[in-house]
Amino acid sequence: MGRYVLRRLLQLIPVFFGTTFLIYVMVFYVPGDPFAGKCGERACPPAYIAYLTHKFNLDKPLIVQYLTYMKNVFLGDFGTTYNGRSINEIIATAYPNTVKLALVALGWEIIIGITAGVLSGLRRNGFLDNFVLVSTLFLLALPTFVTGFVLKYLFGFKLGWVTPTVTSANVTFTELLLPGFVLGAVSLAYVARLTRTSIAENSRADYVRTAVAKGLPRRRVVGVHLLRNSLIPVVTLLGTDLGALMAGAIVTEGIFNIHGIGNEVYRAITRKEGATVVSIVVILVMVYLLMNLLVDLLYAALDPRIRYE
Amino acid sequence: MSDPAVAFTAIEQGEVVTEPAAAPADGGGKPRGLLGDAWYDLRHKPMFWIAGGFILLFLVMAAFPQLFTSKDPTYALLERSREGPSSEAWFGYDVQGADLYARVIYGTRASITVALLATFGTVLFGGLAGIIAGFRGGWIDSLVSRIADIFFGIPFLLGAIVILFTFNPPGSNRGQWTITMIVVTSLVVLSWPVSMRIMRSSVLATRNADYIIAARALGAGPMRIVWRHLLPNCLAPVLVYSTILVGAVIGVEATLSYLGIGLKPPVQSWGIMVAEAENYLRVSPQLLLFPAAFLVTAVLSFVMMGEAVREALDPKLR
Repeated sequence: MGRYVLRRLLQLIPVFFGTTFLIYVMVFYVPGDPFAGKCGERACPPAYIAYLTHKFNLDKPLIVQYLTYMKNVFLGDFGTTYNGRSINEIIATAYPNTVKLALVALGWEIIIGITAGVLSGLRRNGFLDNFVLVSTLFLLALPTFVTGFVLKYLFGFKLGWVTPTVTSANVTFTELLLPGFVLGAVSLAYVARLTRTSIAENSRADYVRTAVAKGLPRRRVVGVHLLRNSLIPVVTLLGTDLGALMAGAIVTEGIFNIHGIGNEVYRAITRKEGATVVSIVVILVMVYLLMNLLVDLLYAALDPRIRYE
Repeated sequence: MSDPAVAFTAIEQGEVVTEPAAAPADGGGKPRGLLGDAWYDLRHKPMFWIAGGFILLFLVMAAFPQLFTSKDPTYALLERSREGPSSEAWFGYDVQGADLYARVIYGTRASITVALLATFGTVLFGGLAGIIAGFRGGWIDSLVSRIADIFFGIPFLLGAIVILFTFNPPGSNRGQWTITMIVVTSLVVLSWPVSMRIMRSSVLATRNADYIIAARALGAGPMRIVWRHLLPNCLAPVLVYSTILVGAVIGVEATLSYLGIGLKPPVQSWGIMVAEAENYLRVSPQLLLFPAAFLVTAVLSFVMMGEAVREALDPKLR
């Protein structure tokens, strides 16, 4: 097990550097002058440009810039934006909100997705099964911004159940119920479908028949024998999804005005704040890769047939 | 469906990938090929016909928008700004006073073009990489897989935003065709690892099948093995993925256009229309709902088609 973890961690290294370098190159190729408009209505004085160029290593080759930046990241310093704001601070205020949003989305996926999947998988071809199939198909076809606007209009403006936009800087979970659902809607459909397939497949397995034959109550057969084995692929999906949700929150955060990392990164890109973009992407990629690793390790805990050498 | 990567996870976890294309059913008259079998299955599915009908409708709409409306989508009169639906204009007028119905109809073209081109590119490029990696194995496989891992590690929307901001910055003045190609390229760059992995895993599963070994023993060259034996038997999972991908890409294109970094006016795109209507959501929701409805219908019909094809191609689900 320990060796497996080590090997996986070593495999992560090239992927991590490759991804971040790719983003770094792309971001710093964003055309335009980073000093445009920094000094009001006139052009920046040459001394100021020289100072900032030196400070941000803009005169060095790209690879040197990248390595210097990475060194600082590993020392825990993401650098500063061009106007001197600490990126650590930006991330510290915005990241918790995004994590909350992703967790709420994940909560919806687990509560609705798994329940719907289990119920429909147990009674294949019943009314509920068909209902779940049709409604998940519909959810799959809804782009996030459509779900976002339609639900915002419906619950925010028409019914007035929720405030249409999130206003507080430090968001509470209740405010995030609707945005979280919007963010998780597509994955929710996948979770439901995956659970359904998995349950339907496993309910014909020998060990389930054995459990029924030896007279276990249905609750125990489904709850312990069937569910534990059927949820393994679902856990994988949920794990990888948590990483994807945080990165995909840009649209949702924009629609509901949540001060999160997606909002920050979008703003940073429009303002050509390369360092901020790269820093946020580095974090997101790191979370994404680590979640994948965690999921693989969780496999062993859930499925005794899988043993890592 | 803003993230095809998620779609992939579900497919991979599902049944398609693990199950290489089955050999034709033995016994009982003349054996049909896999595609013949699938076609037989598809013909009896209402979902296939409904989805197919919608897809055909959208294709015709994209090719000949004049058939559906005689109005000019760019002709705007400010005095009729945000008028509601009437017999004159079925969907009402947008903020600038242009006919919304005409705009929505003309918006089909952009979505369908981007979706088909991007899917074609992804499947071609990813599939090719997958075949090479799976068939050659060894260090080539490791190299291609690691490169795919790197691209797969980039969060989809974030990557698309960064690429498009680099090559297609807001306010830039590029031709319609150039912008379309930039959007298509960025989508291909970010989604090829998925089809590469699907292709690779089905090639790996088929590579050591008896008929491949037999072909090799008979002296067939690698090109012939790949083209005549490997490809027909590995195509099914990628085919399924590509059908679903078309739907996903329509959604992604609209999302990017909505964010202002995809297609740009004067190109008509559903995403742009939604972005324009965003600020009037409270007073005239129809501006947002009509293009959104078209968008959802288009995505839905491709996803439904993918679903039907998957059920037909996957023997396990029958």
